[in-house]
Amino acid sequence: METSQILETIRMIDEENLDIRTITMGISLLDCIDPDIQRACDKIYQKITTKAAHLVEVATAIEAEYGVPIIHKRIAVTPISIIGAATDATDYLPFAQALDRAAKKVGINFIGGFSALVQKGYQKGDEILIHSLPQALSQTEFVCGSVNVGSSKSGINMDAVRDMGEAVKAAAALSPLAPAKLVVFANAVEDNPFMAGAFHGVGEADVVINVGVSGPGVVKRALEKVKGEPFDVVAETIKKTAFKITRVGQLVGHIAAERLEVPFGIVDLSLAPTPKVGDSVARILEEIGLETVGTHGTTAALAMLNDAVKKGGVMACNQVGGLSGAFIPVSEDEGMIAAATSGALNLEKLEAMTAVCSVGLDMIAIPGDTPASTIAAMIADEAAIGMINNKTTAVRVIPAVGAKVGDNVEFGGLLGRSPVMAVNPASSADFIARGGHIPAPIHSFKN
Amino acid sequence: MRAVLTVIGRDKVGIVAGVSQTLAELKFNIVDMSQTIMQDNFTMMLMCELPATTIDFEQVRGRLNELGQQLGVQIRIQREEIFDTMYKI
Repeated sequence: METSQILETIRMIDEENLDIRTITMGISLLDCIDPDIQRACDKIYQKITTKAAHLVEVATAIEAEYGVPIIHKRIAVTPISIIGAATDATDYLPFAQALDRAAKKVGINFIGGFSALVQKGYQKGDEILIHSLPQALSQTEFVCGSVNVGSSKSGINMDAVRDMGEAVKAAAALSPLAPAKLVVFANAVEDNPFMAGAFHGVGEADVVINVGVSGPGVVKRALEKVKGEPFDVVAETIKKTAFKITRVGQLVGHIAAERLEVPFGIVDLSLAPTPKVGDSVARILEEIGLETVGTHGTTAALAMLNDAVKKGGVMACNQVGGLSGAFIPVSEDEGMIAAATSGALNLEKLEAMTAVCSVGLDMIAIPGDTPASTIAAMIADEAAIGMINNKTTAVRVIPAVGAKVGDNVEFGGLLGRSPVMAVNPASSADFIARGGHIPAPIHSFKN
Repeated sequence: MRAVLTVIGRDKVGIVAGVSQTLAELKFNIVDMSQTIMQDNFTMMLMCELPATTIDFEQVRGRLNELGQQLGVQIRIQREEIFDTMYKI
């Protein structure tokens, strides 16, 4: 028995918040397509509740046997716009309600895939889905939506960017939490296990298990032991820690897939924070030597962290996928909340950070009177960063109705809380009103 | 199936006796053990061979938690693979 290793593992779980953030079952709904929306909804409910009947039970058993907390059990499905296109429906709310019912039946806490992929243009179901988003997200409890508006290969659909600005605003007007369940992507990945942006890509197997790991606290603690050492040592320490964290994800995913008798897809090597003290990505960046996250040097520190996490994790599992890197949501990270509250972290710096990490502007409260065109312009900026840098970017901002800059907004639970952050007041309305398509960049022509 | 049992807490009379008696009742065979005092904490690790029949881990954990409370220590049980996975390629 390697007693020091046993004690280290126990310390990681008990004191440093090592956990499996999510086991996400991807389920294809392509075989549920039906011209009659009610029949399609019945088939969807049937398929999800059959395939995922034992998901929660299996995850709970693994948790008990191995002593590793598995925080979320979730489901991702085929983008609903594809399923909806076969029907004559002009509103996809019934699909969202069927997904919500299925989620409740199997006992999971989020189901993703009320989604559309529109990077190059709208098909029949896409526009209907986008227009259904505000109602779908505000009238259901567990349904998450996402729309991919751009990619490195196809450019950016600026009509969709405009429409998504409107959709975010409309969702916020209906329910304060609805925008937290809506992600606007560029270069969305088809095997992402993390919400709210998870959906099951059409190229995936019928049913698959994907796992998202976590563990910012473990990385922070490891870095405390190399204070003042050069960056080579910092990067190496992060790699070694990421390896160990990812191995746990590989083990848990492997066992879950085996017991559920479905293929094991990917491990998403992410550092996903929570609002809990000791579970923050911001505090890792500060441990690297920044007084407060958001100050000069933050982008470089994050770039190194993101890369080292990937390098450490890649060898630890069979297949890597999803977003894989460091997440920087504001409201879900205790250190980010503190920095945003003190004014050290602003939207402009966050945008720069999204150029080097695995996600985008995430869980940021903005004033409720922010125009839809300004939100759309934020989406365009993020999509451009993703398109040019061949990476996933996203926007999940929450217009806080009735709140102004500096007010605090509570989302509750793991969604945390956020100060309302300042948005540039100058108008982007004419820019967004143009619509059309931003062509794919020159480096997309790789064939 | 093997599992690692860790017992951590303030040292007192009867911890080893209490733990090993419970394990015997559960028909868990102790195949390896180590015990030390770390930072004033009694720290014991036991490698156990579990009976081949299906084990209800929730029930076992409940029983060990109860015992831990009686003895004033924390008792954890985890299947061996979690430790192997992290440190071996």
